[in-house]
Amino acid sequence: MQPDQTSIAGFAQDDLDPPAGGENRQQFITFTLGAEEYGIDIMVVREIKGWTDTTMIPNAPVHVRGVINLRGVIVPIFDLRARFGVGLTVPTSMHVVIIVAAGTRTVGLLVDTVSDIISIDPKAIRPVPEMGLPTEDQFLEGLVAIENRMVTLVSLAGLFGKSADATKRHFKGDLATSKAA
Amino acid sequence: MAKRILTVDDSKTMRDMVAFTLKKAGFDVAEAEDGKAALVVLGASKFDLIITDLNMPNMDGISLIKNVRAASSHRAVPILILTTESDGTKKADGKAAGATGWLVKPFSPEKLIELVQRVCP
Amino acid sequence: MNSEGEGYPLAQFRKTYFEECTELLDALQSNLDMLSNGSGDAETLHAIFRSVHSIKGGAGAFGFAGLVTFSHVFESLLDAMREQKVSAVPEIVQLLLRASDALADIVNAARSEQSLDAGFGAEIVAAMEEVLAGAADAQPEAAEAATAVTAEPEVTGERRYRIAFTPHSEMLQKANEPLLLVRQLRRLGGVSVEVDTSRIPLLAALDPEAAYLGWTFTLDTGAPQSAIHEVFEFVEDDCDLLVTLPEAGMPVAAATVTATPEFVAEPAAASVAKTAEPAAAVPVATQSIRVDVDKVDRLVNLVGELVITQAMLTEQGTLLPADHYPALIQGIEALAQSARELQESVMAIRAQPVKSVFARMPRVVRDLAATLGKEVRIVTAGEMTEIDKTVIEQLNDPLTHMIRNALDHGIEGPDARVAAGKPRQGTIHLSAAQRSGRIVIEVSDDGRGINREKVLAKAQDRGLVPPGASLSEEEIDNLIFLPSFSTADVVSNISGRGVGMDVVKRNVQSLGGRITVHSRFGAGSRFTLSLPLTLAVVDGMVVSVGKETFIIPLTAIIESLRPRAADIHPVIGRGNVLALRGEYLPLIPLHKCFEVEGAISDPCSGIVIVVQSESAGRVGVMVDELLGQQQVVVKSLEANYDPVDGISGATILGNGRVALILDIARLREIDAEPRPEKPSPIQQFATSEPREEITHAA
Repeated sequence: MQPDQTSIAGFAQDDLDPPAGGENRQQFITFTLGAEEYGIDIMVVREIKGWTDTTMIPNAPVHVRGVINLRGVIVPIFDLRARFGVGLTVPTSMHVVIIVAAGTRTVGLLVDTVSDIISIDPKAIRPVPEMGLPTEDQFLEGLVAIENRMVTLVSLAGLFGKSADATKRHFKGDLATSKAA
Repeated sequence: MAKRILTVDDSKTMRDMVAFTLKKAGFDVAEAEDGKAALVVLGASKFDLIITDLNMPNMDGISLIKNVRAASSHRAVPILILTTESDGTKKADGKAAGATGWLVKPFSPEKLIELVQRVCP
Repeated sequence: MNSEGEGYPLAQFRKTYFEECTELLDALQSNLDMLSNGSGDAETLHAIFRSVHSIKGGAGAFGFAGLVTFSHVFESLLDAMREQKVSAVPEIVQLLLRASDALADIVNAARSEQSLDAGFGAEIVAAMEEVLAGAADAQPEAAEAATAVTAEPEVTGERRYRIAFTPHSEMLQKANEPLLLVRQLRRLGGVSVEVDTSRIPLLAALDPEAAYLGWTFTLDTGAPQSAIHEVFEFVEDDCDLLVTLPEAGMPVAAATVTATPEFVAEPAAASVAKTAEPAAAVPVATQSIRVDVDKVDRLVNLVGELVITQAMLTEQGTLLPADHYPALIQGIEALAQSARELQESVMAIRAQPVKSVFARMPRVVRDLAATLGKEVRIVTAGEMTEIDKTVIEQLNDPLTHMIRNALDHGIEGPDARVAAGKPRQGTIHLSAAQRSGRIVIEVSDDGRGINREKVLAKAQDRGLVPPGASLSEEEIDNLIFLPSFSTADVVSNISGRGVGMDVVKRNVQSLGGRITVHSRFGAGSRFTLSLPLTLAVVDGMVVSVGKETFIIPLTAIIESLRPRAADIHPVIGRGNVLALRGEYLPLIPLHKCFEVEGAISDPCSGIVIVVQSESAGRVGVMVDELLGQQQVVVKSLEANYDPVDGISGATILGNGRVALILDIARLREIDAEPRPEKPSPIQQFATSEPREEITHAA
């Protein structure tokens, strides 16, 4: 399934100046986890909603916060902080869930806040340096500097891909190639 | 305005194939799955051509033709019957009942269009 | 239609064709059964003919040569029967049944693009051809073909033809337009026309529907003469047509044929007079449309959503003071009513008669009876009972197995039957009926019935029943559903496939159904299968464990109770067992299985639900509380997540929250899994306080 572009078109138009610098620029939605700012490709974002209580999934890894009812569809919610291995989010009504299309699946990412939409030239994306962080590099697509801020771009394929050890047992398989159902 | 054709066949496959070919050639196509259904459709709307199978439940093609020719609404509309080679006598029965022409199954889309244009230009 | 033109969706047509074939073969089968048991009439034979004819028609379109050949001979035989050249004596009906089975196989081979053995069906074809040849006035078809092809003399260069054409009135009545014929001729070459008006009568005598004109065309063309005849192909019988080559001074071919006598007997004027009558006589046809199953499934899902939303509103409505919002409360009630009706109507769309499955059973009986040397007939009833398509699709295997079982273990050989004072031929009854929101399917036989002594002895022998336990007759009968239970003294090649009634029971349970057996030794057995009308909705018990809510399918629940401390016994390393009427059931604390915090851990303070599953037997599931019983719409968890052990699906409750549906067959195993303390990020890192961090970030 292709990401639904129409559902975010309004969002993008309201909040953005027309993307300057031509058609090569890529748009990212940025969000925060603590002091860190991350970006995710706007094309995969379906909607953004406030945190609501989830229903737990038995024996799931700790970053799987359970499932919610998104207009009749059962959608799992992943705690990105826990997924990055930097703690566990204690969600409040202030927290935000970014609903994204990960391959054929629709999943929610629990983050602290959504801050901005940025438009960047792919050439400006720099590789992630080896930093010895507890996180794995596979789901970090690159780094980009915006007005003195550093934004880490997150790759969905890396987050839910085969290499994601922490999720291997329960969240197996490559989402991008998982069955269309 | 596009010519309107009614295709009558109890086989969905046949109806689909006939309808697809005719629609692609620019005709408006309606479908009915047997003679009775066809008469209902014909009672509700005007058609420029009827293409009908002969072997159908409820009302077969021969009875359909007789009914169409006997009623005022479509008595002058061309009717093509679908037959197979083995239906030798059927072709004559269809003609006797008032069919305009016939089409022998299996037929190619080109042949179908050619015959349709021959009786319904 | 046999050409693959540009954009011609042949694959789509093929799919439709094979779907249609399935229906046609089912219809063929049930009509043949009617023919064979003598309940058919003239229309039955016509319907049988049409099924084969339609299969052949499509096969020709797709170029399935083998299928065309076989169905052609089959169809010819049926046609001969329609014309009463061959009568439906038992041997012939038997031949038709065999041909129908073979036809099904050939269709299946074409569908799966497999090739059958070269000689497949040859024997049946030969038998059918022999019958046809024997039919007194069966005509060789070659004769017909020969007349269709006339020798075409080689024609080169342009020639001038003279075409004298005088339409009969019948030609116009068949909607053949002379002008169109002229246009057709013009495509062949230059045409000049002379009109003969001599036959036009005085106006008073003129019949507006009659033909009075005649034309003489002069055509210069390089096309062969056959092309001219092709132009007049449809009208040759309804006109005077003379094609000559004037230069040669002789007619090349003549076709002067008068209308067929039958048609003359019914002149136009007579037809006009009858106009009103047939119109009034046309009964309203049952109209139907074909819709993609996907579309219907989508509709079913949407209605499911609607019902959930409605339940949510109803729940919220109860929180309102009714006297303040009377209209709103009324509206919610009306909505609930319409939503329920809508759901039933939508489910009805997907419902199909069980006929499509039942129709396959006579063949199963025939094949197996022949193999076992038994004489058996099958009598079906209630074929038109409707059930959800998804259930029907999964009904075939269990039903086939039950029929096989009845034939193999139930019905005795002909001699044994006669010795027992029964008719040689055994009877299997297969029926379907709708009873209180469920479909009940019964398979009964008049065979030997269940030998309870033997069953009980065997069960005790295998340790399935404690020695000395006293079981009711019903309980003994139902022992046959235990895994790998087989009472046949000799394991025949039918039942020796490692499939027992336990598999049937599991299949039926996976459909949310129940199966029971009633038997009288020496007189026969009756298997009763009770199924939900649909798989999309499950009757569930809503239970709470800590803050979580789960659904347990009602079909699995035997009873629920609050145990007394005296009935709970710890077993070292195995947790607790519950003593219940002399039986010991393993107790499965759901909160432990699923690691739910804040749940009741003392079994005596909570509720134990006794559930039964085939693979895990009877167990007691410990939960905090029973919240109630309700129908829930089953949702897929796997659409966006992976399969979860112990969970069969999810649903959305009236409060909008998701509740998981338990797969009770898996609980015992999950409970037995070692559960080491998993290192979790919570222990490795300090729990973050998001609000504070946001402040930092700002």
